[in-house]
Amino acid sequence: MKTPFWQAVFAIARKDLRAELRSRELVNTMGLFALLSVLIFSFALELDRAARQESISGVLWVTVVFASFLGLNRSLAMERDQGNIDALLLAPIHRNAIFAGKLLGNFLFTLVVGLVLLPVMSLLYNMPLIQPWILVILLLGIAGFATVGTLLATMTVQTRARESLLPIVMLPVALPVLLAVVRSSTAVLNNAPIDDWIAWPQILIVVDVVYLTVCFLLFEYVIES
Amino acid sequence: MNAAQNIQSQAVPAKGASGFAAWPPLLRILTIATLIAILIGLYMGLGYAGTDVEQGDVQRIFYIHMPVFFGAFIAFGATVVGGIQYLRTRKPKWDTLALAGAEVGLALGLLNVVTGAIWARPIWNTWWTWDPRLTSAAIMCLTYAAYLMLRNGIENPEQRRRFAAVYGILAIVTVIMTLVVIRIRPDTIHPAVIGPSAQNAQGTFELEATRGVGAALGMNFPVWALLVPITLMWHRIRLQNRVDQVEAMKAEVLNQ
Repeated sequence: MKTPFWQAVFAIARKDLRAELRSRELVNTMGLFALLSVLIFSFALELDRAARQESISGVLWVTVVFASFLGLNRSLAMERDQGNIDALLLAPIHRNAIFAGKLLGNFLFTLVVGLVLLPVMSLLYNMPLIQPWILVILLLGIAGFATVGTLLATMTVQTRARESLLPIVMLPVALPVLLAVVRSSTAVLNNAPIDDWIAWPQILIVVDVVYLTVCFLLFEYVIES
Repeated sequence: MNAAQNIQSQAVPAKGASGFAAWPPLLRILTIATLIAILIGLYMGLGYAGTDVEQGDVQRIFYIHMPVFFGAFIAFGATVVGGIQYLRTRKPKWDTLALAGAEVGLALGLLNVVTGAIWARPIWNTWWTWDPRLTSAAIMCLTYAAYLMLRNGIENPEQRRRFAAVYGILAIVTVIMTLVVIRIRPDTIHPAVIGPSAQNAQGTFELEATRGVGAALGMNFPVWALLVPITLMWHRIRLQNRVDQVEAMKAEVLNQ
């Protein structure tokens, strides 16, 4: 008898959360990387007031995406190195429940990093980043990255090149998400009228739904054997 | 079943004849037809069509620039079809189709980017600009380079085909993105060919304004968008079958 779908999903996500709460390995690495990246950007770009307004959403999103590479690689490599993926494959659960569970965990870890980044960047760059719309865009954007990332990282950790391959295969595919989040968050920070940019979060929702469906359907093919 | 046997069972038996004589008759006809059609297309574009009033002779590159993008689109479409069919049937021939599509599409996509840059130098006064469509087209090419890299990173043939199928299906997103980006990003300066261009598009031209433009495009479009990708993919598939055959023979010798 199979374990009900959602029960399996939550069990996998809970396992990831518990491991993370005990080791704090992922969030620590991602968080430290994100902080460094934000600081380095401010040196590298020498941002003045006007330039900050234009480029801060780019800084935010590049940092989130690169931090998510770290998290995704770690999260999936862990499953593989410790042989847990074989146990999951043997367990009487639906294959897609593994995807949903890993996705949920990766989404939450990246979200934590994103949520920490908002107040830190608001302070360092003196920009009002804590706004309801920015939070909505953050949620939708990270959902998109985590979806394609979970599928692709499951593949790349099984290849010879391992960690180094994920950014190469993931960046192009994540481009529609990146375009939409950068556009909409720049518009929000520039106080543009809502009619001018509301199309971007809508596109983002469509892209998220499409990716979720496609990755959900394709996942069972990347964990066979 | 181990990998070597797997390949061996799929290998095509070697034939005595080689080269042109060994090609299937339809492929022979198709190859010759494509070559002739390319020549006619070049004549139509370079000779028959009138010179564009505003842009001069450089506009003629468009007869190749636009059709090759759709040729790449067809080839990448073959990668998706090959990927889906491979996941359904697990027959390696579908993966060969997907691989051929990715390589031919990458070649045509690069041709599209390069011809665009050559056109942009006199018209936009720069080889490259960070226009959304240019950027998206370049990323499209990089996606398929990543596809080939992913394939190279996996040694187990069965796993390689499976992962390539999955990534080939996902990668089509960047192609669709390149197609639609000029509709959703109105700040592009890239002209739209079908339908109204964005307001600040630079270098648009009227199909009716110059003599023979429609005819030259009508000739070149099916050549570069259909004949060239299909012919190249067919040859690429035959080449891959040969490679598999050689691999199988090698495995056979090593196993003795």
